[in-house]
Amino acid sequence: MLTDTLIEIKELSFSYGNRAILKGINLTVPRGKVVAIMGGSGCGKTTLLRLIGGSVTPSSGHVMLAGQAVHKLNRNDLFLMRRKISMLFQFGALFTDLSVFENVAFQIREHTNFPESIIRDLVLMKLHAVGLRGAHNLMPAELSGGMARRVALARSIALDPMLVMYDEPFTGLDPISLSVIGNLIRRLTDALGMTSILVTHDVQESLKIADYIYFISEGVIAAHGTPAEVRSSISPFVHQFVHGEENGPVPFHYPSGTYAGDLSLGNNFV
Amino acid sequence: MSKPIIINIQDIGHRVIESIFRLGRASRFFLLLLLKSGMSLRRFDLVIRELYFTGVLSLIIILISGLFVGMVLGLQGYETLQKYGAESAIGALVALSLVRELGPVVAALLFASRAGSAITAEIGLMKTTEQLEAMGMMAVDPIARVVAPRFWAGVISMPFLAAIFSAVGVFGGYLVAVVLVGVDDGSFWSQMQSMVDFRYDIVNGIIKSCIFGVAVTAVAVFEGYDAVPTAQGVSGATTRTVVTSSLVILGLDFILTSFMFRGVS
Repeated sequence: MLTDTLIEIKELSFSYGNRAILKGINLTVPRGKVVAIMGGSGCGKTTLLRLIGGSVTPSSGHVMLAGQAVHKLNRNDLFLMRRKISMLFQFGALFTDLSVFENVAFQIREHTNFPESIIRDLVLMKLHAVGLRGAHNLMPAELSGGMARRVALARSIALDPMLVMYDEPFTGLDPISLSVIGNLIRRLTDALGMTSILVTHDVQESLKIADYIYFISEGVIAAHGTPAEVRSSISPFVHQFVHGEENGPVPFHYPSGTYAGDLSLGNNFV
Repeated sequence: MSKPIIINIQDIGHRVIESIFRLGRASRFFLLLLLKSGMSLRRFDLVIRELYFTGVLSLIIILISGLFVGMVLGLQGYETLQKYGAESAIGALVALSLVRELGPVVAALLFASRAGSAITAEIGLMKTTEQLEAMGMMAVDPIARVVAPRFWAGVISMPFLAAIFSAVGVFGGYLVAVVLVGVDDGSFWSQMQSMVDFRYDIVNGIIKSCIFGVAVTAVAVFEGYDAVPTAQGVSGATTRTVVTSSLVILGLDFILTSFMFRGVS
């Protein structure tokens, strides 16, 4: 199992100023699997991806990616490592001044000296994989949300990375696009032999495509398990999250003084 | 001291510290920009693409403004000069005003509002929509790939735009003074030729416009890159680009003029 581990995160903590976002996260991501990281909005899921990609430095602990501590890499080594990983941003982050074709070709042009004919074939193959070969001449502004996400997916696999991180890939998609993206993530992971980390709060889709699921709450791993284990979990947090219940370990109300006090109905007005 | 006064003083102090921090960030950014400009030189097609957006697309506003500024100079100059019977010097007056001051300064002000604001908004929006971060995650440095080509395109465009502004302005002055008012054609051009010195007037004007080009584009790319990644942040940054670069242009112009034209008649 150990040799098959692509990412190992140990006691990882991160704070923005005085606000602690992650407080000692431990998790492992095996090679060739789809691992979903779930949790409420603002629980630090995206920050975790940034820590794995080396955009931010942890306060303590470390991320080991393919045997290297990410935060200890110098800039050149970090950029070398980033050539082997890629990230799909929440709304695609396509380059709005480049066509669909050029977006997918971007990394290939930047990092290789391939002749134009090979670039063309590679880009069309990647676009074909996401079903958008016919859209290669369009500009990002002409795409629907689901199509933009698929182009971004094609762009993220342009150089056959060993790891793709998806930041909320399902947000704002209709059920068909959502399912298409979900299936693509699963199929591409298997076909290209890559590893996928999926940060999301879409429970049903994640249960469908992930091999393993971690739940983050209040900056720590609250629960983890395979989709089958998650479905049958008796943990109150997992139950609340999976069933979308309003009350449970995650409170509905932001911490505050007493309601009566705030409405100046009592003497303890604050 | 009462509490509001202390709060006000703290507020002023806070703003001063923040401005100094910002100046530090700007200097660091500018240094990084210069260090990472290698890619722009190696892949000059990136700069050429931006030259079209910043330079070529600014031509219309430069041409029209230059023509009108020249025409106004012709009218006002004629009004004043004819009182002294010196209306034949109108050509020299128009040309000197344009190549020394109005060409570089007004072209730079127009460039700041037309191209500078566009550069800031574009880079700011790229930041807001995570395009810059996405580029970084693809192991492509956004300063080298996005910022530097725009910066160099602006720096290269500015002297040409200023020169075009002055040339069109001279033509505008000619239209008014010679065609409309009837100043002698020959004296208009010959006075201009004898009074305008290549080294003092034209070269100094070009130096000015080069310096303005660096200033305006540096402000524009920094404001875009440093923008708070929200709609409000980008709009604020765009406004600051126009305001800051206009003030910088006018301030620099005074300093440069005082050095360049000391004791020159």
